[in-house]
Amino acid sequence: MLQRNVLLIEDEPNIAEAIRFILQRRGWNVTTETDGARAVAQVDGLSPDAVILDMMLPGRSGLEILAELRARDAHVSRPVLMLTARGQERDRQAAHAAGATGFLAKPFANADLICVLDRMVPPVSAPSPE
Amino acid sequence: MPFNILIGVCLSYVIMLFSVAFWAERRALQGHLSFLHSPWIYTLSLSIYCTAWTFYGAVGYAARSGLEFLTIYLGPTLVFVGWWWLLRKLVRVGRAQKVTSIADLISSRYGKSNALGVIVTLMAVIAATPYIALQLQSVTESFTVFAAPASDAAILPDQRRSAVWIAAGLALFTILFGTRNLDANERHHGIVMAIALEAVVKLLALLAVGIFVVWGLADGPADVIARISQAAQPGWALAPGRFASLTLVSAAAVLTLPRMFQVLVVENVDERHLATAAWAFPAYLMAMSLFVLPIAALGLALLPAQTNPDLFVLSLPLSQDRGILAMVAFLGGFSSATSMVIVAAIALSTMMSNHIVTPLWLALQRSPASDLRAVVLISRRLSIVLVLAMGYGYYYVSGSGALAAIGLISFVGAAQVLPAMLGGIFWRGATHQGAAGGLIVGFAIWLYTLMLPSFGTQGLMSAQLLAEGPLGIGWLRPQALFGVPGMDPLTHAIFWSLSANTAVFLGLSLMSFPPPTERLQGVAFVNVFDQRHGPGNWNPSGAEAEDLLSMAQRILGAQTAQAFFEAEAIRQGKQGWLPDPTPRFLAALERKLAGSVGAATAHAMMGQLSGGAQVSVRDLIAVARESADIKEYSIQLEAKSDELAQVARQLREANDKLTRLSVQKDAFLGQISHELRTPMTSVRAFSEILMEPDLPDAMRAQYAEIIHQETKRLTRLLDDLLDLSVLESGHVQLNITVANLHDLISRAVQAASQSGRSGVFTIERDFPAEHMPVFTDVDRLVQVLINLISNARKYCDAPKPVLRIIVRRTGRQVQIDFIDNGSGIEKASQGLIFEKFARLTDAARAGGAGLGLAICREIMHNLGGSIDYLPGQGGAGFRVRLPVRTPENSKVS
Repeated sequence: MLQRNVLLIEDEPNIAEAIRFILQRRGWNVTTETDGARAVAQVDGLSPDAVILDMMLPGRSGLEILAELRARDAHVSRPVLMLTARGQERDRQAAHAAGATGFLAKPFANADLICVLDRMVPPVSAPSPE
Repeated sequence: MPFNILIGVCLSYVIMLFSVAFWAERRALQGHLSFLHSPWIYTLSLSIYCTAWTFYGAVGYAARSGLEFLTIYLGPTLVFVGWWWLLRKLVRVGRAQKVTSIADLISSRYGKSNALGVIVTLMAVIAATPYIALQLQSVTESFTVFAAPASDAAILPDQRRSAVWIAAGLALFTILFGTRNLDANERHHGIVMAIALEAVVKLLALLAVGIFVVWGLADGPADVIARISQAAQPGWALAPGRFASLTLVSAAAVLTLPRMFQVLVVENVDERHLATAAWAFPAYLMAMSLFVLPIAALGLALLPAQTNPDLFVLSLPLSQDRGILAMVAFLGGFSSATSMVIVAAIALSTMMSNHIVTPLWLALQRSPASDLRAVVLISRRLSIVLVLAMGYGYYYVSGSGALAAIGLISFVGAAQVLPAMLGGIFWRGATHQGAAGGLIVGFAIWLYTLMLPSFGTQGLMSAQLLAEGPLGIGWLRPQALFGVPGMDPLTHAIFWSLSANTAVFLGLSLMSFPPPTERLQGVAFVNVFDQRHGPGNWNPSGAEAEDLLSMAQRILGAQTAQAFFEAEAIRQGKQGWLPDPTPRFLAALERKLAGSVGAATAHAMMGQLSGGAQVSVRDLIAVARESADIKEYSIQLEAKSDELAQVARQLREANDKLTRLSVQKDAFLGQISHELRTPMTSVRAFSEILMEPDLPDAMRAQYAEIIHQETKRLTRLLDDLLDLSVLESGHVQLNITVANLHDLISRAVQAASQSGRSGVFTIERDFPAEHMPVFTDVDRLVQVLINLISNARKYCDAPKPVLRIIVRRTGRQVQIDFIDNGSGIEKASQGLIFEKFARLTDAARAGGAGLGLAICREIMHNLGGSIDYLPGQGGAGFRVRLPVRTPENSKVS
């Protein structure tokens, strides 16, 4: 089976570690990035199947990064899951307005994370129709 | 007839008059004025013109001079029949201007000049003196005649003494009824009623004597006419010049005598009564004069030659032993005399009090108007006494002359007011200079040519002066001025005084120019019939609806004004919005305008547009006062609106602040949420991972450690938040103690070294400088120092990080600087670092929620010091300032 690639942009090392562990066990190839300023370049370089983007990053906010990605043809439809610790409805709306594919408030259940990502990027190893 | 009975009858008569007057006064007070509103009462009260002079004197006059006595009735008859419009104008002016006397009329007309009021009052008082003396004399003489034939002649009193009693009695009666109350329009209902009654008594008495004479003594009218022809004497020949002069003077007197003005104008309750009086009064005069000539003729024929013709009315019945008729005649004469004296005294006292005493008293009084009422009443009473005393004085000095001669002196004196009066109500050009000049000149000539000579050659003027003139100057002879002889003294006085008076009045009026007040009053008097009667009663012809609308629009605003006009037009059943300017509409409009601009202004505006009514000085003053009020009000409004604008600005600022605070609160809550959820996320994620069964032990331990760290981070965050909230609220319990600053810094360095990154971190200190005592909350200060040192350890990005701690004492402060050799803080961020959650780097390096410096700032604030970023130090620099305290003043207020 082909490995799905995900780029995780998260400044909290412990959270990044937890997500990396959870997704790797589900077969994701996880690359982590803590600096918002390098996030766009990373997406360009890796062309990941999905991007997990924290909303509050030092250097650059997640919403800005998303807006820049959506402005580029290569990333217009790239699945992006926004994470935020400020779980207010306003933040959810801001994320959707900026073009987020999915939204998850911290803290989250690990199963929810997996489920949302599977919906955004269905595993290719899923049983074939024939 | 016994003298005592005579006195008794007199007293009874007076008591009856008193009762009638009292009753009328009571009725008037109760508002039952109907009987007073009868034109007959008005007409009868006018008969005050007929005094004892008429009752007794006319017969004497006729006996001496024949038909000349008729001039005294002819003058008033001409005025009432032919000049009724003059009377109407006089009454209208008097009512419109609320005139209280003839002096008030002249004063009011000529610019409310009190000087003129004083002149007219003095003239009137002096001119009335002979007249009052005449009444005293006639009553006294009638007493004498009545008592003379009686047997008890021994008790016949001295004439002069009885005159004193009569004067005193009349003064008392006048005071009792004339000055009982002060009425604004000087009306005396009781007096008027008593006078009307006396008018009936004197007419009936004279008619009774006349009928007795014609049918009792003579054989009817034909016999009487024959006897009159027989009685004719050379002195009865009519002198046309004198006849005309006397007619003129009596015509003038009926208008200008103070008492006539009183009943004619002041006591008039209804202008329409003049219509009745115009024929009824002349009829009364005719009835009074009807039997004068028969009585005179029969008196001359039947009575002894030395009998005083002035008393024929009394002597004739007495000579025929007709006691009752004589008594009736006596009462008629008594009535004539008393009514004249009473009204004259009231009129003169009003003038004296209003124009002389009260102004003087007010001028002398420092504190104005304490109790003016009492002053006015006292001054009126004293004036009445004075008037009667002067009358008695004249009687005493001049002795007894012919009644008619004395009366005519008064007539000519009173007539001097005529030019000023007629000019005042008919000629706008008349000025107060003219009026004053004319009055003074006329009055002076009257005094010189008539009044003073009347005292006789033993009196004030010597026979020599009369014959040769003062200092022998012939053309100044009192009875032949300017060398014009050949006139009898009376005609001479009338001619010169009135012509000089009129000439000076006209001349000075033409030469002088009246001030505004006088011009306005002149218009008000001359155009009295063009004026409105009551408030808002506008003359509709003058106003154009369009002009009114354009004015109203300017004041009320176009919409309101048009709506008001339209409503009226609809009410009148007219198309469009221009109604007919009916008086009702004009009055309504004035009220409407008054609501906006004030009554006086509205009235002035309406007057301007309606024409007719002029703007008086009082109106102008009222307008000015209103404008001042309105201006004051608008200033207040302006101040109010400024105040409101300021309040609004404050509210807006407060609202902005609240909005900012609300945004800050939202941001703060968002920050706290973020700071709490972040460690929670790790804890939840790892605890779920730990629940999975096939986890290697090493990994399990590592993840448990992370959970442990994150929970500690959560606890620290909550501690910081609580700490900050306590510090910000200002309810911090400070524990002030003394300590060595060096020890505190060492403690902080020690504590900070346990946290943060490991590795080489050099701290440079200046130990000697650090040794100083500080009085402060030691633990809180150390908390700040630890924070600063650990920040340096965390964030100093130099390869060989060095922190210098520099302690310096400046004046009353201790400065502790913390300067590292890192890259420092960007200028843009320097202002933010003390804000809550202002973490500039990523969470991993900070290891906190970003509350540290915010807490430091609050602590230093609580300790009375401060903490600031110190720019330009090469690296990050912070300065802590602490006030130097002594144990005595170390308590933080």
